[in-house]
Amino acid sequence: MKIFATYNIKGGVGKTTAAVNLAYLSAADGFQTLLWDLDPQGAASFLFRIKPRVKGGGKALIRGTRTLDDAIKGTDFDHLDLIPADFTYRNMDLLLGGANGKPTRKLAQLLRPLAAEYDHVFLDCPPSISLVSENVMHAADVLVVPLIPTTLSVRTLDQLTEFVAGFTGRRPEVRAFFSMVDRRKKLHQEITRDLSAERPGVAATAIPSLSLIERMSVERAPVAAFAPNSQAARAYRALWSEISKDT
Amino acid sequence: MTPGLRDFVLETPSGDEPAQDPLPAALAALSQAFTVTPEAGAPGARRRTWLDTFDWRLYRAGLMLEFEQARRGGRLLLSRADGTPQAEQPVTGWPPRRPALDLPPGPVRDRIMVLIRPRALLPIVRAASTVSVARLLNADGKTVARLVAEHITVTSVATGATAELPLRLAIAEVRGYPGQARRASALLVGVPGVSHASQSVFTAALTALGRHPADYTSGVDAEITASMPASVAVARLLLRLLDTLEQNVDGVLRDIDTEFLHDLRVAVRRTRSAIKLLGGVLPADLAEHYKTEFKWLGDLTTPTRDLDVHLLGFGAMTAQLVAATPADLEPFRAFLVRRRAREVRRLAAALRGPRFRAITDDWRKELLEIRDAGAPGKRRRQPTAAELARSSTEHAFRRIAAHGAAITQDSPPESLHDLRKRAKELRYLLEFFASLHDPVAYRKVVGDLKSLQDCLGEFQDSQVQREEIHALADAMLAERAAPAATLLAMGEIAAKLTLSQTEARADFARRFARFAGPAGRERIHVLLEGRP
Repeated sequence: MKIFATYNIKGGVGKTTAAVNLAYLSAADGFQTLLWDLDPQGAASFLFRIKPRVKGGGKALIRGTRTLDDAIKGTDFDHLDLIPADFTYRNMDLLLGGANGKPTRKLAQLLRPLAAEYDHVFLDCPPSISLVSENVMHAADVLVVPLIPTTLSVRTLDQLTEFVAGFTGRRPEVRAFFSMVDRRKKLHQEITRDLSAERPGVAATAIPSLSLIERMSVERAPVAAFAPNSQAARAYRALWSEISKDT
Repeated sequence: MTPGLRDFVLETPSGDEPAQDPLPAALAALSQAFTVTPEAGAPGARRRTWLDTFDWRLYRAGLMLEFEQARRGGRLLLSRADGTPQAEQPVTGWPPRRPALDLPPGPVRDRIMVLIRPRALLPIVRAASTVSVARLLNADGKTVARLVAEHITVTSVATGATAELPLRLAIAEVRGYPGQARRASALLVGVPGVSHASQSVFTAALTALGRHPADYTSGVDAEITASMPASVAVARLLLRLLDTLEQNVDGVLRDIDTEFLHDLRVAVRRTRSAIKLLGGVLPADLAEHYKTEFKWLGDLTTPTRDLDVHLLGFGAMTAQLVAATPADLEPFRAFLVRRRAREVRRLAAALRGPRFRAITDDWRKELLEIRDAGAPGKRRRQPTAAELARSSTEHAFRRIAAHGAAITQDSPPESLHDLRKRAKELRYLLEFFASLHDPVAYRKVVGDLKSLQDCLGEFQDSQVQREEIHALADAMLAERAAPAATLLAMGEIAAKLTLSQTEARADFARRFARFAGPAGRERIHVLLEGRP
């Protein structure tokens, strides 16, 4: 089982759309795939038309009174399941802090029993630096980091890479990609081109800023499902191809 | 569709009146609670084959084995009779159209080989289906269950007959939404013409094709009543044995597995014993003629069966080796295989020949005449089936008791061989008339007899096999196919057989005393007289 986590400290950078589309493409390739919507806002759950509610809330999952297996919902797509968000996830930091064992390894521990069933797990993280994000980084094999092509977001990537390098033992691989790229903006063009070429770990594929991607919230489905031949779908397919091939 | 779902299977009832297509009504019922929308894409096709051994070993063990064809290869699914999955394994390049003596390694193979060996798996029924799927959506437009409609055409592999099954509907659960699947299921149950499926597709197919599961048994289950004239009972018995014999001929000719010949030989032996022990109620010349014919048939099958026994026990035989290695015996195995191929050809030629055809055709005609004629004229009163059962069984028991009692430590092996034959005859008599006996008393007598037979069988089989190994060693030497290491290994096997024979001989007195001593006599008395 390989765990991918879409993560960025900032919100609104395309984490959820990436998680939803990459998980969909993984399932379309025949991999048994699970997406865990860890963001209490529940955007990924919404996009799959699944109610953002888990019986017993995050507390039951973290404390183990309810297994992750119990919380899994089938999506409308073959090989793709989802653990919905729950509003109580907003307190997950506290729950993780109070859990038995190492508080930074709790999510990894919860996911372990699913290894027999799933080939790929995607974690869609809330934007923050918190115990939740640290847990995610310890659980993940690959951190998929969407970057808006700005100087500041590049700095964020450096910080994240440095932070992960400080882990003892197992470290996730950091794979960044440019998201919401506006081809009309010169700065976007320059940063995208230069960093993809210069920095290892930055994908060559960039996800453009397209209204069709925003339309996902209207269609409530991955763009690769409702517009499979669109530029947006092709971009996500190329990104998935890069990430799944290299990692 | 996410795999591993719980299905609720429903079907239209079959009746004399052509049932209305229940699908529109089912869809209307589901529309009360869900938005029903067809799954994108054309209806899918599904191809399945159900397999079992000729004697239905899986079915009798409460199991069903299904091969589902995929674009490449397929998968084997083992389930309980109620559809509960037991094991599954993908298979590639495995042809379910031909009998299979083995399966590729996997969980299904691990589970069933112990049940079926040495029988082959045969395709029994094939099904070709057109599958259409509708999604059941909740208020958010989320798929919470699916309706699967399957039009199934089934074909009997044995006869080529085909049949259409009633439309089958299934509610497939989406993971995490069991309540919605239950709700959809409840709505369907309320639709006229739709009811819970009482049979699996396999069982429904067998019914539609006029086949009964477990319709083959090598046992003797002729319909005999106590008051029936003895000649009618014996004719019925012999006809049943003839059925078994004929049912196995095709499997012998195609050399599907060794048990076809085994069952055919048992039917021949039983027929010979019935003619010998009960033939007195048949016309004398008829019994005499067929005694000769069935002896010919029995002798014809012996060489192949002997070689089968060697080959079937080969693994166990090599496992016993201490000084030699299994590889030393390989030339012996190769020799047995070559010789068996020759014998099978000889046997098949005879089974396709006029003498065998005359036996089966004419014998059936004669027996049918006797069966349908009923009791002979009043000139001579004929015994009833119950009287014949009692007198013949009593006589056979007395013979064994007397014969066995005369055997001492110094008696030659032939006396034990002879006693084995008599014991086998008694066993057959008990089986022929089993339906007339009290089941508890029957089980007790058969239990004792079986224990004695096992001992006598071990004694004689060890000797016969040892002698055969000597003869085969000679034949191998004559063909220059016998390396020294192989002959030495064969010698070691022969020595083990001598040991087995000695052990069986030592155990004989105890087992015989249990069977024919006072307690054994009492059990026979209870069986025949119905009281202690």
